[in-house]
Amino acid sequence: MTETKSTVFLCLQANDDTRGVIDAIERDNEHASFDYQPGMVRITAPGTLTVNRETVEEEVGREFDLQELHINMISLSGHVDEDDDALVLSWDR
Amino acid sequence: MDIAVTKKKKLGLKERYALMTRGLGWEPTYQSVDDVFPMDTFEGIKIHDWDAWEDPFRLTMDAYWKYQAEKERKLYAILDAFAQGNGHLTLSDARYINTVKLFINGLAPLEYMSHRGFAHIGRQFRGVGPRVACMMQSLDEMRHAQTQVHAISNYNRYYDGMANFRHHHTHLPYLQVPRSFFEDAATGGPFEFIVAIGFAFEYVLTNLVFVPFISGAAYNGDMGAMTFGFSAQSDEARHMTLGLEVIKFVLEQDPDNLPIVQKWLNKWTWRGVRVLTLVAMMQDYMLPKRVMSWAEAWEIYFEENCGALFRDLARYGIEVPPCVEQVRKERDHLSHMAWCQFYQARGTSNFHAWLPSKEDMDWLSAKYPDTFDQYYRPRFEYWAKLEEEGTPFEAQTPPQQCQVCQIPTIFPVPGEPLTRAEHTCEHDGERFHFCSEWCQVIFEDEPEKYVQANLGAHELYKGNLFGDADPTAEGFDPMAAAMAFLKLTPAESGLHKDSEDARNFDLWRGLATRNDA
Amino acid sequence: MQMDLKTVSIDPKRRTFAHVAERIGADKIASRYQEGTFDMQTEGPQHYRPLWDPAHDYFDPDRTKIAMEDWYAFKDPRQYYYGSYVIARSRQQETAESAFTFVESRGLGAAMPDDVRDTALRLLLPLRHVAWGSSMNNETTAAYGYGAAITQGALYYAMDQLGIAQFITRIGLLLDEAECLDTAKDAWLHDDAWQPLRRLVEDLFVEKDWFEVLIAQDLVLDGILYPLIYGEIVDNVLTMKGGSAVSMVCQFQSEWHAEATKWIDAQVKVAAKESDANAELIKGWTSKWRARAVSALLPVAAIALGDGAEAQMDEVLAAFDKRLAKVGAA
Repeated sequence: MTETKSTVFLCLQANDDTRGVIDAIERDNEHASFDYQPGMVRITAPGTLTVNRETVEEEVGREFDLQELHINMISLSGHVDEDDDALVLSWDR
Repeated sequence: MDIAVTKKKKLGLKERYALMTRGLGWEPTYQSVDDVFPMDTFEGIKIHDWDAWEDPFRLTMDAYWKYQAEKERKLYAILDAFAQGNGHLTLSDARYINTVKLFINGLAPLEYMSHRGFAHIGRQFRGVGPRVACMMQSLDEMRHAQTQVHAISNYNRYYDGMANFRHHHTHLPYLQVPRSFFEDAATGGPFEFIVAIGFAFEYVLTNLVFVPFISGAAYNGDMGAMTFGFSAQSDEARHMTLGLEVIKFVLEQDPDNLPIVQKWLNKWTWRGVRVLTLVAMMQDYMLPKRVMSWAEAWEIYFEENCGALFRDLARYGIEVPPCVEQVRKERDHLSHMAWCQFYQARGTSNFHAWLPSKEDMDWLSAKYPDTFDQYYRPRFEYWAKLEEEGTPFEAQTPPQQCQVCQIPTIFPVPGEPLTRAEHTCEHDGERFHFCSEWCQVIFEDEPEKYVQANLGAHELYKGNLFGDADPTAEGFDPMAAAMAFLKLTPAESGLHKDSEDARNFDLWRGLATRNDA
Repeated sequence: MQMDLKTVSIDPKRRTFAHVAERIGADKIASRYQEGTFDMQTEGPQHYRPLWDPAHDYFDPDRTKIAMEDWYAFKDPRQYYYGSYVIARSRQQETAESAFTFVESRGLGAAMPDDVRDTALRLLLPLRHVAWGSSMNNETTAAYGYGAAITQGALYYAMDQLGIAQFITRIGLLLDEAECLDTAKDAWLHDDAWQPLRRLVEDLFVEKDWFEVLIAQDLVLDGILYPLIYGEIVDNVLTMKGGSAVSMVCQFQSEWHAEATKWIDAQVKVAAKESDANAELIKGWTSKWRARAVSALLPVAAIALGDGAEAQMDEVLAAFDKRLAKVGAA
């Protein structure tokens, strides 16, 4: 049996609200890849994917509540761990 | 008076949310807990510690209202603009409208069912955490049902096949496939419902619905549907997380839960994929501009994504449902068989059918190199010849339906495309028919449930589809009586090229693009 | 190709869906409330009986003794469908949010006389459990009620009560440390003052007739509780004693009840008007639960009013009984 590193993904609507979020994800997740489709972006990463509040705040230049992600989130896979500072998707537990 | 303001310690999201939800509950003493929550034990699922529940997302009502209101404002602004600007005339082609018909007739009423189903389990689980999560999902599902009706309302004003979606969903035979699927889940126990809908459907299969419909809308110029699709998906992300949490929670609570959950996963993966037959067909045949084939979507969204999921669940002893082997074998046949069926039976559905053009067929050959040219192209070419000759082929008798999934028993033996699968069994002196081994397994596990199903053809023969008409009256025409009862008009069915929808679309679009003197 | 589609005028073939047109007339433009509500629930034959209630269909009008010719006679005077509901609530929560921020940033909680703050906490915090109970009881209607019209309103009510339970929780966190919530739950479970009310709420958890639950919870219990606790005690008595900060952070509840009253009154009125049999049932349930609600709420009101509880209750009941008469429930 081959060992496969499971992939997590996060799909966001691609609009002006998510531009900074996407940039923040790109900065914090070197291993992630970004696939732009009509109206959305599908971000995939082997193992884990992290959205950090601080990085998003730097990108958007204002206070950011991670729950604002709910407005533009389309789909995801993996286990979700959400607190005030980060939203982490992963298959590792 | 001491007015010294002491800075209180700030609570983290998780702590705070726990106080806001499970902190509200208490163990009743004036009534027994089993009387207050009478329905969450009969399925045999053992829960020892409801507090071990991990909240998937932690939205309190104030945040919920705030974010959902923002979504709704955006959505309705776009729906209004789309309607006011005759957005339907920007569609790629009039055939696309038939996917909208399939959507409102087949899917929107399920969203309503889901709303009531989650209200039911949102009352029945004795753990406060899952109850709150289910209540919120119940409210979201109401949103989806209503936004779909509102988004499609404008199409209904101009095109046929949608006006009677409520009546058709309840009575048209083909729509009993999705309806019986959902009623099956809703009439199961609370845990079965959430495994069926929250996990098997929302988590395992939702992307297979989402990609075809929403991307299909985007590719074909339907801004309204694309917007409500995206907007609804933002709730689905929460629902998927709830579905996954439920599975983990139940499996971690007691090893005895494993075989029950595995049985449900086997059942509902199969039930779900059978319902998705309609989506596969829509994707490969009904979208004028296609996004990806059903086979491709299956590879990405089942094999790849769910591969990760099942690898993760293996730690609990969960295995990939055995039916998946058959789904793989049917992958390259499913949409073709379904479209052939609808083409032949186009007189009894409320959307229009057509034969794939030469260009369509070349696309299908490329996407299905092992099956299309060999098994399906010849049939379509023959039917095209008959259409040309003015004698289009149409089936005259209602097909035999599977007692469980209610799809006509059109499927071949896995791996033998030319042999139709026949599965039957006897129960209480009556013979029942199935499309597959897996539907038969489901039946045999709960025959007393599935014998209750109302099958379209049987209902017709039993005289249940005649409404108030008197079958003993002279000159009684059973077919006409059935059509009247079903509220199915000739304008709604038949061939697309002969339809008023096609004519009107061309006429209206012509008005929009020409300058008549 | 540039096209300006707005300039094309084409006649629609129909104005709304057939089932909606049957109710409002084919020449009328349907509202979003109407299209999102009428006939949304399946009627007629269903495929399978529920394993969890084999005596009934999944959707079954016989889960209450109330009988209706048309279950869509129930209308929401607010015309809430999901979108208009969440937008209305988001405005109210914004106001509530400002009130919490105002009280917190100016230290108004700490500036309150200690005994007033203590009374407010002892009175209000156990009510989060009452609100949660009300939420559950409305979830009962949302799940087992008949017809999308009344079940829809009940779901919104259930979510509102969850929201209120959470706002009350925030009041605890604003005026005290998190431990105060444990103290309040202990009072709810053990203090004599709360036991009749807890018994009432728990008895409703096992009541099978959803319309009776709706009458007992929304019309009667909440109908007395809100004017008494929020209208009289919080907005008048505590405010007079220097507790206006409490009144500010309870504004959502007061406004909410004024609005929810319109909804429940409209439901009761329609059901009572339908038939004498319905009216008799409703009157019977109302008088049964009114007596229990009064005796359950008196010791709670006494936490803030002491001996004055009874007089205050009489005042509230005078108005409440007029309301009952108006909707045909007395």
